[in-house]
Amino acid sequence: MTAHRLTGYRVDPDLSPGHGIDRDAGITVTVDGASVPAFTGDSIASALIASGRLGCGPSIHMSRPRGILAAGVEEPNALLRIEARTPGAPSESMLPATTVDAVDGLSAHWLQGMGVLDPAGDDAYYDRKYVHTDVLVVGAGPAGIAAAREASKTGARTVLLDEQSAPGGSLLSGRDETIDDTEAVAWACAALDRLTAQPDFTYMRRTTAIGSYDANYVVAVERSAADVAAPASAGVARARIWHIRAKRVVLATGAHERPLVFADNDRPGIMLAGAVRTYLNRYAAAAGQRIVLATTNDSVYALLEDLHTAGIAVPVVVDSRPEPSDRARAALEATGARGVFGAAVVGTSANGQADASDTGGTADRGRVTAVSFASVDGSGRPAGAVETVPADTLAVSGGHSPVLHLHTQRQGRTRWDEAFAGFVPEAPVSGQSVVGSANGAVSLGTALEQGAHAGHAAAAETGARGPLVVPTASASAPGPVHPLWLIASPGAPAGPHGPTAPRAPADSEAPTTAQPLAGNGTPALAPEHWASHFVDLQRDQTVADVLRAVGAGMRSVEHIKRYTSISTANDQGKTSSVNAMGVIASLLEDADPASVGTSTNRPPYTPVAFAALAGRRRGDLYEPARVTNIQPWHVAHGAEFEDVGQWKRPRYFPRAGEDMDAAVLRECAAVRTSVGFQDASTLGKIEIRGADAPEFLNRIYTNGFKKLAVGKGRYGLMCGADGMLFDDGVTMRLAEDRFLMTTTTGGAAGVLDWLEEWHQTEWPDMDVLFTSVTEQWNTIAVAGPRSRDVIATIAPDIDVANESFGFMEFRETQLSNGIPARICRISFSGELAFEVNVPTFYGLAAWELVDDTGQEFGITPYGTETMHVLRAEKGLVIIGQDTDGTVTPQDAGMGWAVSKLKDFVGKRSFQRTDTARPDRKHFVGVLPVDGVTRLDEGAQLIAAGTPVTPEAGPVPMIGHVTSSYLSAELGRPFGLALVENGFNRMGEIVRSPVGGTLVDVEITSSVFIDPEGKRRDG
Amino acid sequence: MLLIDCPHCGPRDEVEFHYGGQAHVPYPVDPYALSDRAWAEFLFYRDNPRGPFAERWVHAVGCRKWFNAIRDTVTYEFLAVYPMGSPPPNTSTASPPAHDSAHDSGSDPS
Repeated sequence: MTAHRLTGYRVDPDLSPGHGIDRDAGITVTVDGASVPAFTGDSIASALIASGRLGCGPSIHMSRPRGILAAGVEEPNALLRIEARTPGAPSESMLPATTVDAVDGLSAHWLQGMGVLDPAGDDAYYDRKYVHTDVLVVGAGPAGIAAAREASKTGARTVLLDEQSAPGGSLLSGRDETIDDTEAVAWACAALDRLTAQPDFTYMRRTTAIGSYDANYVVAVERSAADVAAPASAGVARARIWHIRAKRVVLATGAHERPLVFADNDRPGIMLAGAVRTYLNRYAAAAGQRIVLATTNDSVYALLEDLHTAGIAVPVVVDSRPEPSDRARAALEATGARGVFGAAVVGTSANGQADASDTGGTADRGRVTAVSFASVDGSGRPAGAVETVPADTLAVSGGHSPVLHLHTQRQGRTRWDEAFAGFVPEAPVSGQSVVGSANGAVSLGTALEQGAHAGHAAAAETGARGPLVVPTASASAPGPVHPLWLIASPGAPAGPHGPTAPRAPADSEAPTTAQPLAGNGTPALAPEHWASHFVDLQRDQTVADVLRAVGAGMRSVEHIKRYTSISTANDQGKTSSVNAMGVIASLLEDADPASVGTSTNRPPYTPVAFAALAGRRRGDLYEPARVTNIQPWHVAHGAEFEDVGQWKRPRYFPRAGEDMDAAVLRECAAVRTSVGFQDASTLGKIEIRGADAPEFLNRIYTNGFKKLAVGKGRYGLMCGADGMLFDDGVTMRLAEDRFLMTTTTGGAAGVLDWLEEWHQTEWPDMDVLFTSVTEQWNTIAVAGPRSRDVIATIAPDIDVANESFGFMEFRETQLSNGIPARICRISFSGELAFEVNVPTFYGLAAWELVDDTGQEFGITPYGTETMHVLRAEKGLVIIGQDTDGTVTPQDAGMGWAVSKLKDFVGKRSFQRTDTARPDRKHFVGVLPVDGVTRLDEGAQLIAAGTPVTPEAGPVPMIGHVTSSYLSAELGRPFGLALVENGFNRMGEIVRSPVGGTLVDVEITSSVFIDPEGKRRDG
Repeated sequence: MLLIDCPHCGPRDEVEFHYGGQAHVPYPVDPYALSDRAWAEFLFYRDNPRGPFAERWVHAVGCRKWFNAIRDTVTYEFLAVYPMGSPPPNTSTASPPAHDSAHDSGSDPS
């Protein structure tokens, strides 16, 4: 460990409480290669400031020197890349130095507004947790603690979240405050100690609520203590994503301070006044040694007192308000500091180029060396001389913006509060309350009161009651706020483009506005005089950029922020959003920022790592895969798999040296000439029972099912009410009141839903029940001219002769190895084929029996690709591949399966004018004329002679290729397509693009083999 | 994440449910008595009110039962849940959902 170098910026214990640091635990961090001494409890930013170095990476576009501005998540400038803590782990980019805890040995580098995602994999654990609570309190500042205390003591289950590592919120930034006659930070810690001893109370520190969703569903990120203290250890989650459902939510999320908009307001050394106070009191770190304060409100006077106590010089307090408030007067008197009222900072001087020998390299480059200010007169122009005082730091307070992200994410409305000069909740969201400075409370006493009442009421609304106790603290009446949105530079010409000076308000209620409009409604300010008045530090956007946006005709903040990119960086405009609205309103001479609209905050409140959101759902756990219990055989036999829905299905079984084409051609040939077998277990299977089952099926399927005999099956088509094909499959009648429906693999869940919907919502009186039995049965398809020989051997008890066991019939039997089975004669290839169904427990044994038995015929396992080719050769449609929700049974050439005798779902739609058109897109075959080119699935088809040139304009399409394969049987490629008026184009030559050239394609029947259907009987 | 009060299972997360569109749009008793226009309205046209809206939900990965609900399309708040086939209850802020002419020719399964 490096020896500590006291720098003069770390304040002695008797001068600063240093609530947040452990002065006995010295550590060292490294920033841009330089060692920085720190204490446990420091952030990287506070450690740097305590070393007298507040410079950070330059600005993103203009490369201007920048320094630490804030002390929390709102920091726009000081972005770090944290280097990997363990070999092989990824570095993390875009972390504000103000939010990264200093841990010994940590190494970081400054970024210029942009990071690079480390391609290294993040192998740390990230967990997801769910919790239900009665009351959720977000924020452990004074208001939040008061709320949690009142809620928890009623017995209501209470969760308190806070992004900091210690409770107290704003109290950590202060000193000498008391609550219930106790030092305030001690009060907070004691309150938490008592609360955490209670049952059903949970305090989660280092936990940020990042999103608020309907019905009080809040998502939060908890960063683990282990991550802070040491490299992640095995089995310990680095972060947890909490999903919290709360009956009541209390938002005590505080407020962010706003910077002031004046020339060169981005220089290092210009900091938020509240941040200067946080660094001083929480971290015992002095931001500077000569600090000018500039404000629009009372909040800086506590800082003035604290700086005075710490012995840090404050040459002047520049206050926009015409008269000192009581608070200001008292503080100035007590400290002897000079206050200038009705004035504003109009500029700063800065260091020149960096002294390269400085240990920080860029530590002091561009840092403030002097501050210039001037009084502003009643019309807002600088009045009198500009005065300049030397200073190394300028602490600014342009007012406060309540943190209402979680409120507005729930469409909670806000209103502009003139007295507070900020957006406050118009009313809380149902089931929520907003308290403390998030609700515009200025004094500690008010915050405590709001918090206590909200916690008490929230618990009461869940049915838990207890006595209400409101913590007491001094409640001072807040002085007025006098916002300044635009502060002109001295010496900028007034010229023909209009005045460049801001106009001061006539009274304290109206914010200062410029006079920017040149009569015709366009801003008259010259952008060149506003090019260093920064509105968004992270995006490097200035008033000049806003002027250009307004000059381009934009008026709404929603448009201007997109035009300029203001508030769109990863800080989401926490310090820039309201200032942008104030600037726009001033330019448009509107009374208050609310008049230009409000922008919408979206989750996450602060950036969250994708790895944390993914949690453990990565790799094999990314999505559950369904496999049949024949899967081990498929794997052992080298199957290549494809995803069908959630199922893993063998696509083909390549032999050594085979690619997919070769394997599929071989598998197809085996089925056409001898026998193949396929695991068809993934087909959806739904058992349908009940006295009304036949009638129900009759209404759902386009063809008749009432008269289907027991022991037989029938291929059926389902349509939506719009008459479009929805699913297909074979349904077998197991008994008078019992059917087994098969569906497509991917459509199984949807079909079950469809059946339930019609039963429950339209025909609830029908006696019918549906049960998914997909996983109860294994189905083995055995296809090919020798399939009967295989079945005859494995099922010795049944007569498999064609006359005895007809097509679309099934038999219950016992296989030769004793397995009970249901064997059906079903073909999806046009060949003689059977399906052997066995209870899942026996699936693998039955499969192996088929395999063993078929060896003498060279039985060949085949996958989905071969199945697709075989059915395509026979012109059999695959719903969802050859159809797309706009195809009727008639379009698909299956009018034969549409009953004319009965009604069914979708039938009425066949009479619709468009559906009844004879020239709709029809399902046809396509053959590339050259006999060798394989068409692209999805490729468009155009009529012959259609020009394809830029001059001819858009190319009319007549259809597209839905399926395309090589055929072993045909010895050539072939395809299927949907083509306008296709049934009446047989023999026509059309064209389709393949690899950039158009090839001739003949429209044919979709049935390429055995149109007479002779093969199916063997 | 909506919290939906399944009438059979109690309050559950939205992800357990599927949405079923506007409620009280029954399948017409005699579709063939409808003009193409009226049939198309049954197929494709639904109300899209701002405010309370009667709609169908199914507890898809729970009890698999369909039910009706009145939901405010602005606040997403569920004002009532009620069984399939029942008329919409009076919710304090809800006006009964409008039926258009095509729907009136059908019958509710109740």
